[in-house]
Amino acid sequence: MTKDIFVIVEHRRGEVRDITFELLTKGYELSRDRGKLLAVLLGFQNEKIIDKLKPFAETILNIDDERLKEFNAEYYQIVLSNLLQEKKPFITLLGQTAFGIDFAPSLSTAIDLPYSSDCLDLEIENDTVFTERQIYGGKINSRISLAENWGYLVSVRPGSIAPRDVELVAEVVDVSSPIKEDIDYRKFMQYVEAAKGEVDITQSEVVIGIGRGIKEDKNLSMMEDFAKSIGGVLACSRPVVDAGWLTKDRQVGSSGKTVKPKLYIAVGISGAFQHVMGMKGADTIVAINKDPNAPIFTVANYGIVGDLLQVIPKLNEKITELKGA
Amino acid sequence: MNIAVCIKRVPETAEAAVNIDSSEKHIIPDQLVFDINEADNYALEEALLLREKTEGDITLFTVGSKESDEVIKMGLAKGATRGVRITPENLDNLDAYAVAKLLAEQVKEGNFDLILTGCISSDVGNSQVGVTLAELLGIPHATLVIKMGIEDGFATVQRELEGGLLEELKIKLPALFTIQTGINEPRYASILGIKRAAQKELRVIENITAEGMKAEVVKMYYPPVGKMAEILEGGVEEVSGKLCEILKGKGLL
Ligand SMILES: Cc1cc2nc3c(=O)[nH]c(=O)nc-3n(C[C@H](O)[C@H](O)[C@H](O)COP(=O)(O)OP(=O)(O)OC[C@H]3O[C@@H](n4cnc5c(N)ncnc54)[C@H](O)[C@@H]3O)c2cc1C
Repeated sequence: MTKDIFVIVEHRRGEVRDITFELLTKGYELSRDRGKLLAVLLGFQNEKIIDKLKPFAETILNIDDERLKEFNAEYYQIVLSNLLQEKKPFITLLGQTAFGIDFAPSLSTAIDLPYSSDCLDLEIENDTVFTERQIYGGKINSRISLAENWGYLVSVRPGSIAPRDVELVAEVVDVSSPIKEDIDYRKFMQYVEAAKGEVDITQSEVVIGIGRGIKEDKNLSMMEDFAKSIGGVLACSRPVVDAGWLTKDRQVGSSGKTVKPKLYIAVGISGAFQHVMGMKGADTIVAINKDPNAPIFTVANYGIVGDLLQVIPKLNEKITELKGA
Repeated sequence: MNIAVCIKRVPETAEAAVNIDSSEKHIIPDQLVFDINEADNYALEEALLLREKTEGDITLFTVGSKESDEVIKMGLAKGATRGVRITPENLDNLDAYAVAKLLAEQVKEGNFDLILTGCISSDVGNSQVGVTLAELLGIPHATLVIKMGIEDGFATVQRELEGGLLEELKIKLPALFTIQTGINEPRYASILGIKRAAQKELRVIENITAEGMKAEVVKMYYPPVGKMAEILEGGVEEVSGKLCEILKGKGLL
């Protein structure tokens, strides 16, 4: 019996999301000597998306229905529980994203599929599925095994697999939509755009990211002074926005902005992957953190292990000196 | 309106050293400080804010050890009506599915209009329990909720997508929402609240065994040392000087 790999295509507003190509890369690797790689596409008028996907999968299962125009977990569940139970893929991959988080747990429960979420990698050994996960804020890894079953659901952390071109030419197979009635208990209404702020942090060559480690809002002015003297803009991690210390347009990360400055200095930021996704593209990364085991040091080029309340004023002094000279 | 809030006691690990015990399946909790999971605290606050606008009860549920009473009591002190702690005998090897099943068994008795959980727990971070619970209860859900309003038996919620984009949904109650951090400003318990909490009901469900686990921790290990920053050595004066030199050398100052 062949063991096929399904990848659930993630797309939004007509664009295929990067995670899809990461999953297809992993899916291709897993499907060799086992079965086929199939991309599962739920949407409406999918032609443009199909063109993008063709080189990355062997088959595209295309489910076209006006009610799939925008993502809706309830419609996804109807379509996918039908499809997976009928086709019985060995592994179904999806992204640990706002999309995957919203439908994978209920889908796995509805059709009784073992599910491992937010995985960095997965391996198959003698038909047992093992996943590698990061827990406790990236300080510990764990290896998970999934209970024996005909199929498995695995969600993968964005950015953990480098996408490769696999140069396939997918065959497109239309699958009729099993959705019968309109659903009234969950309706997509509209997208709401992120509010624009006074500065665009993505345009600055030097970005100073501050995190929960600054502890109190009274330390903000010290950080503002520092950003000014080094000629950069102040940005931050999510908890700084949650606390109301800086506005949302300053947030770096998966639910904020992606910055690619020449220099990013992370001050009092632990290095959670949601933050790292937004700044790992910087040319030079410096981390200042009092915890030598903070995961941010695995992302940074240079690190200072120390108390930011002492390091920042000293650094500020030196920079002012240097710039004055 | 009756609201259920599912909360969890977790260790604070951002600033602490985290060590694995000899079984290689658990961490050593001894040196760690525990608190309510960050996102759950926002879920609790959202329930308290709603209750200020409508009549009704707030029931807190947790699956955890006896120590979890701390976070239940804190929630009661902030204004929740009652708490339920579920402590199965095999507490140490539950997966997210088993936790959701334990919760479902208790929550389904309660006739809740709304069930709130955090969107993720900061310890194992599966982001599974809330949505699994919704499926077991047969009610609609939305995850990563960052804004919520209730009117005429429907909730209008905004979910946070990537890049700061939001998605607005209309969902029929009863429903379950997993709450994202930043949706509100969680309050602190008052002294009076803490006194009152001592009189409130805290039901304990014990002598049960969880079943149906599908994911098992084979082992925990420390992340392999891969790429690592060049750590600048020396006192504050020295490291500041070194960093300035490096940045200057790269033309960044
Ligand atoms: C769906 C989702 C989306 C998310 N999106 C984002 C996002 O876009 N951006 C984002 O940033 N996060 C995001 N998060 C949150 C993310 O998971 C982390 O919780 C967050 O990034 C942690 O922020 P932090 O590093 O500032 O805080 P912590 O993790 O609490 O770290 C604080 C750090 O400060 C250090 N520190 C403390 N005191 C000092 C001192 N005196 N001197 C030096 N160092 C000190 C500590 O050692 C620690 O490493 C998201 C989470 C979810 C679930």
